[in-house]
Amino acid sequence: MANINLRVNGKAHTVDVDPATPLLYVLRNDLDLQGPRFGCGLGQCGACTVIIKGEAVRSCIRPISTVQGAEITTLEGLSQNGKLHPLQQAWIDEQVPACGFCQNGQIMTAKALLDKTPAPTDAQIRQGMANTLCRCMTYYRIQAAIKRASKTVSTASNESGSEVIA
Amino acid sequence: MTASRRDFIKTSGFLVVGIGVAGDLSFAQGPGAGPYPDVDFRQLDSWIVIRQDNTATFFVGKTDLGQGTGTAFRQIMADELDMPYDKTACVMGNTDVTVDQGGSGGSDALQTDGYPMRRVAAEARRVLLEMASARLGVPVAQLVVSDSVVSVAADPSKKVSYGELIGGKRFNVTLTGNNINATTGVAKLKDVQQFKIVGTSPQRYDIPAKVDGSLKWAVDAKVPGMVHARNVKPAFAGAKLVSIDESSVKGVPGLIKVVSKGNYVAVVCEREEQAIQAARQLKVTWQKPAAAPFPASDDLFTFMRRAELTSSAPPIVVGNLDASIKGAAKVLEADYEIPFQGHTSIGPAHAMADPSNDQLTIYSNDMKSYGLRDGVAEFLKIPRDRVRVVWMEGPQAYGRTAADDAGFEAAFLAKEIGRPVRIQWMRNEETAWDTKGPAFAVKVRGGLDAQGNLVAFDYDARSADFNHLGYNEHDTVLISQLMGNRRAMPARGSAAMPDDKYGIPSRRMAASVVSLPLIWETPLRTGNLRDPNGPQATFASESFIDELAAAANADPLEFRLKLLNASEEDSGFKRARSIAALKAAAEAFKWDPRPSPKRVSSGEILTGRGVAYTFRSQTVVAQMAEVEVNRRTGRVWVKRIVVAHDCGLVINPETLRRVVEAGALYGLSRALYEEVRFDTEKVTSVDWASSPTLTHTDTPESLEVLIVNGDPNPKRPDLPHYGAGETMIKPMMALIGNAIFDATGVRLRRVPFRSARVLAALKSGNV
Repeated sequence: MANINLRVNGKAHTVDVDPATPLLYVLRNDLDLQGPRFGCGLGQCGACTVIIKGEAVRSCIRPISTVQGAEITTLEGLSQNGKLHPLQQAWIDEQVPACGFCQNGQIMTAKALLDKTPAPTDAQIRQGMANTLCRCMTYYRIQAAIKRASKTVSTASNESGSEVIA
Repeated sequence: MTASRRDFIKTSGFLVVGIGVAGDLSFAQGPGAGPYPDVDFRQLDSWIVIRQDNTATFFVGKTDLGQGTGTAFRQIMADELDMPYDKTACVMGNTDVTVDQGGSGGSDALQTDGYPMRRVAAEARRVLLEMASARLGVPVAQLVVSDSVVSVAADPSKKVSYGELIGGKRFNVTLTGNNINATTGVAKLKDVQQFKIVGTSPQRYDIPAKVDGSLKWAVDAKVPGMVHARNVKPAFAGAKLVSIDESSVKGVPGLIKVVSKGNYVAVVCEREEQAIQAARQLKVTWQKPAAAPFPASDDLFTFMRRAELTSSAPPIVVGNLDASIKGAAKVLEADYEIPFQGHTSIGPAHAMADPSNDQLTIYSNDMKSYGLRDGVAEFLKIPRDRVRVVWMEGPQAYGRTAADDAGFEAAFLAKEIGRPVRIQWMRNEETAWDTKGPAFAVKVRGGLDAQGNLVAFDYDARSADFNHLGYNEHDTVLISQLMGNRRAMPARGSAAMPDDKYGIPSRRMAASVVSLPLIWETPLRTGNLRDPNGPQATFASESFIDELAAAANADPLEFRLKLLNASEEDSGFKRARSIAALKAAAEAFKWDPRPSPKRVSSGEILTGRGVAYTFRSQTVVAQMAEVEVNRRTGRVWVKRIVVAHDCGLVINPETLRRVVEAGALYGLSRALYEEVRFDTEKVTSVDWASSPTLTHTDTPESLEVLIVNGDPNPKRPDLPHYGAGETMIKPMMALIGNAIFDATGVRLRRVPFRSARVLAALKSGNV
């Protein structure tokens, strides 16, 4: 066991765990966050996805010792000042989830995708989301929601005068 | 509101706690309180609570697996009650708070269980109108209701709200009915034309908390003092535990106990990652069974065709098959093969059990929470009213999933350790050991006369459904089997027969079960997989109908319509509705009538289209698809799907569309990818690499859902609301196989259509 310092959704935490512990279990069991979920423990399905340094990271295979000090964002940290992230709003507008268990990974992977490619093509969405699995098969609506959110994001950035990537 | 009103409150963030309806009126105190007698379904107060602020909560004994049934229940009940939808809430599936409607299953939430819900809501409205009549001094016939307010038709200023009439009080109305499905008051149901909320699409109330991370799922259930467990499964199917070397986990921090009984082994630790480590590290010696538990998956169908039948259903016979075959101008025969397929839930099985106060509270996403309560009580010999199940949302629990097993394991371990225990299966466990949909080997024969009319159809299915598990059975859940419990006879499943309304002069449908060598403690244990056995039977029958159409040089749609027109009418207007659905699909798809296959083109991408149809219970589905087959790689991409869907009265069209879309893609996943692989010792499909599933890159370019009402009297006031959870899965294997045949001229009679299989078939067909 060792003391590990973490920054999650803007807050600092110290936990006393084995440094090899996958980040997922600390987020869920020590910090009481429930957005990231265990799906495979192998980095194959994406249900545990969090964002670290702009990258969608599979927290089920990321040892806690390797994320010390890095800013970690979970699903709970996406909304700002009580306002849902455009992706979350698009997920509601498109009524995306069925059971919803995988949707943490879908939303967080889409967030990392849109941050890098604000106006993705259909092919880029499919490719970018390829390894994030949904067994209820809500893929069709997930893709629609990403497109919808991408329009909101580009409209918002247009209004604020920043560059729009077409 | 008085303390005597039954209500539910939220405590600890996620515990849904009830107040006894019988009037003892003490607040339940969360885990440990009790006992938990059954909720009396013959009391109106068990179903509906209306408060002074004109809000209502409906208590129903169902569970919502993410298909929006909870939203639909609110719609139908609010509509019968004349309450605004957004003033209602719904509590589901908590055994001590809600009446026992059996949880979910069979896609009957609306088809069956929706009716008692409507009747009790209508009865509540009737009682409220009588109360209003007394209060306002006006006969009921002169009253109108709108948005929970009863007013005098001739003088709307005279009014009283539901909240004023009943808020804070009990209805004290006794209902009648021999069983819960028959529950009724004396009020009549509304004509469906009077509905205002039914037929609209309020958004699902469960979705916001699923996208902002605030929902407490069954995986999140947590109480003070809770510890974590992991199973250690037998290394080989049918293996016997010889010894456990506990010294192998001595150094694991947080280890509480290694638990074993018979061949069941688990470790319990303070922390989750410790339990995972201990389960990996624990040295267990297993003895392989003397004989191989099953043939390797590559040899499965040879084995099944040679095996002795363990049981057979009486065949359904129409006409004289042998004579019709003998007299036919052309006879076709084919063998279809469908492997075992797993649930492979996105989230492995899990549950948490709290044994505080000599009782048991189980937090579970099992779709049949009531069955879980009953089964655990029997398994652990605890009085039934000392056990309760708190149902919470969970991953993809359609059917008899391993969620059943995890509930029993958590309960057993909690009792063993004397502390709250949370268990979760690992991915390899889930994929290898969850219950399977049985493999099918189907022989079909058909005869065409000289004019190309289908005169004989012979369907003979064998399924490896030799120990079909029911739900939450104390003597068949995996932990019970591993502990050595045995039924005298395993429950035989069935080899389903196709569901269609084709009029064929001579027809025989036979279904038998064959057994693999290992019957108990096998990872190839079977149970209801979403649309149990429907895709298997329909793959054979709807593919073979296409083969017969091709042999008759007929358009496959015309061929089907002709067979439907030759059929006799039946209950539920299935024949008429089948025709309507096929025609609706054809119009939207712009079906081009011609025989299949089309002339195979010379390019790398071969395109084709297909059709398939079925019904399930009372719901009719016709599907058309356009596929692209890559001649070089064998990859099949389904570019476009049209689903014509008739489930009668639609409660929430937007949710229905999504349920049908997702279900169709799930059927596509099973058609293209899903198969349980095994060698002669164990299942070798253990993760998402060895057990592939449909991904984002497979999504069709277009997926159109047509909501069809093919009832011959579409405006009838009692138009039923049929189930919509599974039918669209059923024809998908045949649909894709038919489209591949149209594109390539090659008939695939074995699913899944993974690239390697398709490529090999194209090569052997010289395409």
